[in-house]
This record gives sequence, C-alpha cells and structure tokens, in this order.
Amino acid sequence: MMVTDTAAPRPALRWQTAEVLDVIGETARVKTLLLKLPDFTKYLPGQHVDVRLTADDGYQAQRSYSIASAPEDKHVALTVERIEDGEVSPYFTDEVRAGDKFEMRGPIGRYFVWTVKLEGPLFLIGGGSGIVPLMAMLRHRAAHASNTPARLLYSSRTQSDIIYRDELDRLVSRNDGLAVTHTLTREKPAGWIGHSGRIDVAMLAETGFTVDQRPKIFICGPTGFVEAAANALLAFGHDRALIKTERFGPTGR
Amino acid sequence: MNDDTPISRGFSGRRRADADAKRIPPGQHLTSDFPVLSAGPTPEPDLVNWQFSLGDGDTKLCEWDWAQFGALTQTDITVDIHCVTSWSKLDTRWRGVSIDTLLEAVGLNEPPAPFAVITCEGGYTTNVPSEDLIDGKAMIATHFDGQPLSPEHGGPARLLVPHLYFWKSAKWVRAIEFREEDEPGFWEQLGYHNYGDPWREQRYDGD
Repeated sequence: MMVTDTAAPRPALRWQTAEVLDVIGETARVKTLLLKLPDFTKYLPGQHVDVRLTADDGYQAQRSYSIASAPEDKHVALTVERIEDGEVSPYFTDEVRAGDKFEMRGPIGRYFVWTVKLEGPLFLIGGGSGIVPLMAMLRHRAAHASNTPARLLYSSRTQSDIIYRDELDRLVSRNDGLAVTHTLTREKPAGWIGHSGRIDVAMLAETGFTVDQRPKIFICGPTGFVEAAANALLAFGHDRALIKTERFGPTGR
Repeated sequence: MNDDTPISRGFSGRRRADADAKRIPPGQHLTSDFPVLSAGPTPEPDLVNWQFSLGDGDTKLCEWDWAQFGALTQTDITVDIHCVTSWSKLDTRWRGVSIDTLLEAVGLNEPPAPFAVITCEGGYTTNVPSEDLIDGKAMIATHFDGQPLSPEHGGPARLLVPHLYFWKSAKWVRAIEFREEDEPGFWEQLGYHNYGDPWREQRYDGD
C-alpha cells in the first residue's frame, strides 16, 4: 500500500452552508444535487465530503458522500442513491429542491484520488452508485483533454439503473482513449450489446489492462463487489499497491 | 448547533430511543450491519506464516506464531464501535488477547515507551498513545460474534481500540512497536485526526 501524499499540517475542515441550485434526476433511485458553496474549489477527483442536515428542532444527521463533479466543473455535485429505510438519502432524493440548505465540509480523503498528473493507464471498476467518484475522475480527465488510456467496467442492475449513461456515451465518443464496458446483473434487455451478469474474471481480463501495463486501478461499489474484483485482479498478478478500493454497505455475513 | 446553522427544510430525521442516544457520539448514526472499509484488496488469511510481534523501538520483545498466540489468555469483551464515516454499532462481541496480556507475557508492567505504531500486512500503519492500549482498553481480536474474524473485517487478527474511531483498530495486524516519538500512520498522514476520539468528534486534522 502506498501513501500518495506526505504529512503536512492542514487547516481545520470548516462546515460551510451548501445551497442546492438544482436537482437532476439520474435514475429512478438516484439524483444529483448541484450545489453553491462559499469556498469549495480545491478538491481532487475521488474525494468525498461530510454533509450534515439540521431539522427545525435542532436534530442533526451526518453522512459521507463522494463528490461527483470534477474540480474543473462549474458547480460541486453530489450524486445520491436512495437507500430504502435510509435517514438522509431519501431526503436528498425525494424532498430536497433548489434553494434548500445544508452543511457540508471537505474535501476529505487523499488516497482514493486520481489526477491527470498521475497518468495511467487507468482502470476503473464501478458497481452501482460506486460509479460516482470514478465519474469525477473521468470528468477531470476529459476537462484536461487527457489521452491517458482509461477503461471503465461498470456493473448496474438493469439498463435503467445505469447512472450517467448518456454522459458516458458522450465521453467515449471523444475517441481519446477511453473505453466503457457495461454489464447488467438483473436483466438482459433486447438489443443489449454489453455484458450480462456479475463482474467476473473473464470480464476483467477482457476489459482491463495487462499486468505489464501496470494500470492504476480504482474499484468502488458494494463490499462483495469490491472484494470479488480486487481478489480477481490480485490473482491475475496485478500489484496490490496499484489497487485502491472504496466500499459501501455491509458484508452480508 | 449554532444560531447560524442552516435548517434543512423538510428534514425531520429519525430520532433514537434515549437509552441508545447516550451511547452514540455526536455525528454518528446506528447501523445493525457491519460495513467494511479498507484502502485496498483484502489479504488472504495465512495462519501457517502468521506472526505477530511486540517491539520496543526496533528491538523485538517477542514474536508469536498462530498457535502460540492462541495459547495466550483469551479475553471476551462486548463494546460499542464508532467509524469515522459516521456509523456506530452497539454491543459488538469480540474475543482476543488483551495488550495487557501481551505486555505481561514479555515481562513488562507497562509499555516501554509513550507511543505505539501498529503495522499490518499490506503496509498499513496507525498510531496510538501507549496508554490507550492498556488497562483493558485494547486487544488483538481474533473472533467477532463467536466466529473467527473474517478477512474483510481484518481476520485472522486485528487491533481493537474501541474507544477511538475504528480506523485505529487496524486490520491484519502484524506488529506493535512502542516508540519514544509519535509517528502519524496511514490515514493520519492523509488528513485524519492524529488521536481520533469519537466523543470529541476528532475526525480530521484540526478537529
């Protein structure tokens, strides 16, 4: 495992008031919030934030979310998936609207990050809303007109659950060295030309880079998904130090 | 909450029962799951080659293999744990070897130096003041909820320092070295708080 930045004293992370500028529907269960913040510019693709909601009686709830936007984007964006029985995500997906406010602080995390300076090749593996920090990297890559070879293997339940589908298509159409492979785990719609089923060894071998190319690998998704992908890549012989993971959800054990 | 804290219109949240509320540090929420957070791939458990050592600086005080470690006095505890990503889990049940037991095993009444660096398979490190490891406050845990600790949760053995944020409870632990100087570990170098007390919300540098 490698540390990508050295220790340096940093100013405390201040809570800021984020104002919702717009809410964009991504899928039936996923929305993107475009935010206005007084001071939030120096973040890196892959970083996350803490958010804090305050009810009118003072009750507060706090959660972490990946930043979906690239640092070069006009507005900071969070993409939130509705979790059934969740406390905070249903507020963001069902209730929040332009003009609403909450507190946010960050950016947080200097490990699961990629910038064009780090070059590549870059292999991104996302499951469900695990695409969010990976999308920040791809948006950043496009903003810099980077030709770094990059591949995204993205697993969604169904076609209609694919987040950022049109934007991913647009990014691929730039012909700048990005390839995107989709796989669907819960349906195989008519005319579907992507893969079907869970990400497996064959899919990783086909879409990824060779061990000799020493790709920088970022995997984000539910725990079981990340475990399976990371273990398969290790079995191929990829260097453990080049594989960075971000997981969410329980183990199911 | 300050006077200028913005109210999030339409947010009511989910109140907790008072009995639990006192056990949950500020900014935390309860989970009944057990989320996994790791910076990289999960190592394969390898009990044949597993070793754990205690060191005074660079001097090795003792090294145990898996069988020797299992022969040490085992301790059971039930505690609440708190992750910096804001989940807390109550009444988690662990079994392992307390750091007090390890110190006794090498003939020490107290840690030989004021700071400890914990190192793990894969190169992860974290730092803890030595006094936070003793007097029943910490153990090397090998079992969770009556079962051998699963690899994703740090098995075969992880440090457990439940009174600090859970990144201090390093997974796949291999060594504790006591040091004269404090040395920030992996997440501590990446902007997380050097000490990490959940009750004081010491999440990040400067908190």
